[in-house]
Amino acid sequence: MTIADVLMIALGAVAVGAGALVVTSTHLVRSGLYLVVSLGAIAGLYLVLGAELVAWVQVLVYVGAVVVLLLFAVMLTRAPIGPSTDLDRPIGPSALIGAGVGLGLAALFADAFRWIEYPRGAPGTAERVGAEIFGTWVLPFEVLSILLLSALVGAIVLSRPDVGRREVKPDDPRETTDRAKEEDEEVPA
Amino acid sequence: MHVTIPYVIAAALFGLGVYGVARRRNAILVLMAVELMLNAVNLILVTADVSLRSALRGVPGEAWATPNSQAGSGGAFALFVIVLAAAEVGVGLAIVLQFYRVRRAVAIDEVPLDEERVSE
Repeated sequence: MTIADVLMIALGAVAVGAGALVVTSTHLVRSGLYLVVSLGAIAGLYLVLGAELVAWVQVLVYVGAVVVLLLFAVMLTRAPIGPSTDLDRPIGPSALIGAGVGLGLAALFADAFRWIEYPRGAPGTAERVGAEIFGTWVLPFEVLSILLLSALVGAIVLSRPDVGRREVKPDDPRETTDRAKEEDEEVPA
Repeated sequence: MHVTIPYVIAAALFGLGVYGVARRRNAILVLMAVELMLNAVNLILVTADVSLRSALRGVPGEAWATPNSQAGSGGAFALFVIVLAAAEVGVGLAIVLQFYRVRRAVAIDEVPLDEERVSE
């Protein structure tokens, strides 16, 4: 039991505990805030494991951007402030699947890696990770940038009702009813 | 360090994510559970960077890249997954908000998937 082990167990307890609260809390906003705690603890785990850059990117992108986006969505969908009663489906099958996957994976990993002491690797500083990305993995990196651009364009097209709108065809009843419903709701807004 | 600890933590987080995806009705809570699963995978990648380097040492890089690149690219893969998660949550929330605008609901088991219910 080294100091790193103790740190990892403590941070892991925080991460798993907060993660359990994320999937069981009845307050939507609290769920998002527990997600912050869980992701922050995972960033701490990255630090202990020596991946500095990944830890800071995790804090920047996940805690800073993704969770804020999720909380925006919670508020834009007019979520109730207090506890909600209809957030969950029956517990039986989902608990079975979740526990099965979690325990199965844990048993697999525990059996594969046993209780072996591994040496600490070289710290994953920005220099080393940058050399990795722009050396070996430069093509996936560029593909990823194209994917990000297309996701950006897709999100804009999805959220703007005036983009890609087709003319109403009178012989297509489905489209006209959809269109009428849409415009009914756009008038008060 | 004993790498079993972060591996087991990641397995528990992934199990919690699967549980959340199967249990929750609210689409935004489902997205949060998906984030938990993606983080579990990231944790596995970063841990594998520490524990599997000896197995990967000596593997040459791709021919079009630097031939003597270092092994142990778990950190780079974790960064890629973080970027994918950001793209996923952007498009996912756009879909959820659009659905909310049309139907005034975010419960995913009320989404009509068949033509008859769409046209009613």
